[in-house]
Amino acid sequence: MDNSKIGQHISGQFNKELEDVRNKVLTMGGLVEQQIELAVTAFTTGDVEMAELVIKQDNQVDALEMAIDQECMQILALRQPAAFDLRLLIAVIKVINELERVGDMAERIAEMAIQLSNADSNKHDQYYELEHMAELVQEMLHGALDVFARMNIEDVTAITGLDENVDREYGSIIRQLITKMMEDPRNITRMLNVLWVARSLERIGDHACNVCEHLIYMVKGEDVRHLTQEELERKMKE
Amino acid sequence: MTAQHARTHSIDVSSILRDQKKTDEPNEPCIKVENLNLFYAQKQALHDVSMEMHKKKVTAYIGPSGCGKSTLLRCINRMNDLVDNVTIEGKILLDNENIYDKTVNVAALRRRVGMVFQKPNPFPKSIFENVTYGLRIQGINDKRILEETVESALRGAALWDEVKDRLNDNALGLSGGQQQRLVIARAIAIEPEVLLLDEPASALDPISTLKIEELINELKEKYTIVIVTHNMQQAARVSDYTAFMFMGELIEMGTTSELFTNPRKQQTEDYITGRYG
Repeated sequence: MDNSKIGQHISGQFNKELEDVRNKVLTMGGLVEQQIELAVTAFTTGDVEMAELVIKQDNQVDALEMAIDQECMQILALRQPAAFDLRLLIAVIKVINELERVGDMAERIAEMAIQLSNADSNKHDQYYELEHMAELVQEMLHGALDVFARMNIEDVTAITGLDENVDREYGSIIRQLITKMMEDPRNITRMLNVLWVARSLERIGDHACNVCEHLIYMVKGEDVRHLTQEELERKMKE
Repeated sequence: MTAQHARTHSIDVSSILRDQKKTDEPNEPCIKVENLNLFYAQKQALHDVSMEMHKKKVTAYIGPSGCGKSTLLRCINRMNDLVDNVTIEGKILLDNENIYDKTVNVAALRRRVGMVFQKPNPFPKSIFENVTYGLRIQGINDKRILEETVESALRGAALWDEVKDRLNDNALGLSGGQQQRLVIARAIAIEPEVLLLDEPASALDPISTLKIEELINELKEKYTIVIVTHNMQQAARVSDYTAFMFMGELIEMGTTSELFTNPRKQQTEDYITGRYG
């Protein structure tokens, strides 16, 4: 199913409304992606100004979420959509909820960046492990948004499959943090901040997976939530 | 609280989850259409249609004008027999009996399969006489039986409270919505098994339409109902099963919830979402 599906209604106005919702979701996705990118950079470089920008952006993300919800509700009430159109709107309502949570995670990382930079200004180069994890979750979220833009779920399991790598990275970061805390208890406050960031990144990966599940529902009409990666792969081959 | 305590007092959601799946239960078929072909002179209006309608469920036929949904509906009580040059091949089984069998008494069949049309068509008689018409032509004239039937049929059609004080008034003085419910009362007065409704609400205002829809919901407790409607939301609201027809063919049939959320055929999807065919 390609995205031209949106634009074939007899009612041109309906086409326009759905296209508008789709564009807003993609804008929101782009904004959230940028938030993660900036938040992680702010954290690893100690750039407080950048972190403050991320926190400000979150208001825009929240406003977009409410605007899209409102539009979806209007379309549901006035157009009584069915089949793909209905699933599209339901998926959108759920996807933007996930995106909003991702935005909150980015905001939290930005807050940690500010706290950490107040505590000490020259130790930011120690967080390169986080960078790799951040790259992974950014790839996942980007992939999920790409699926939404193309409305093609062929490669979706490749995206959800990355979550295992994210979880592995998360585990290894925790082990490193524990070691550092045991080495010197004065590290504990700082390491807890790093832990929060790792935790936020790990959650972003989960949200990206959830987005993929909503998109599978949108395209296939099948509810694939709460399946393991193997079960999902099997289901997608059916 | 101990784990034992928690286990015995934990909230059980299995009944809620079971209720959700209720519509998926297999049901007893009441009407079976088997390889039905219908020709108006040379023109084929139905192409090899096969389907089952379940007992005490509502089945809706949807599709664009001229797709054959009314033709198919009219086959179920042999209304098409009245049209010249009609040829019908195939079978329709009502309780496993072919209604096109030569031995079938068409009048008796139509007593079992009542029909209501798009435009309310009460007879220019009193409300009472309209409801009892079917009984009278069967030779039933016992006043007590007639009065009981009038009350139960009008109650069944959710019209009793509105007309009980003026049963002898002319039926043509009722509003369109009331007339339509009167016609339904007339149809159920003879206690059919099946009710065929051909666009029963398309000439009515929204409130009367809702009353008819509510009525359909109540009537399915007792009758098997087949409804033709142009209004897809109406089909979605009132029916348990929906059949989508196109150019005389049955394209897809399934539970209404499945057909409107996740149709299997592209043609169905295009039609119910209002896309170019």
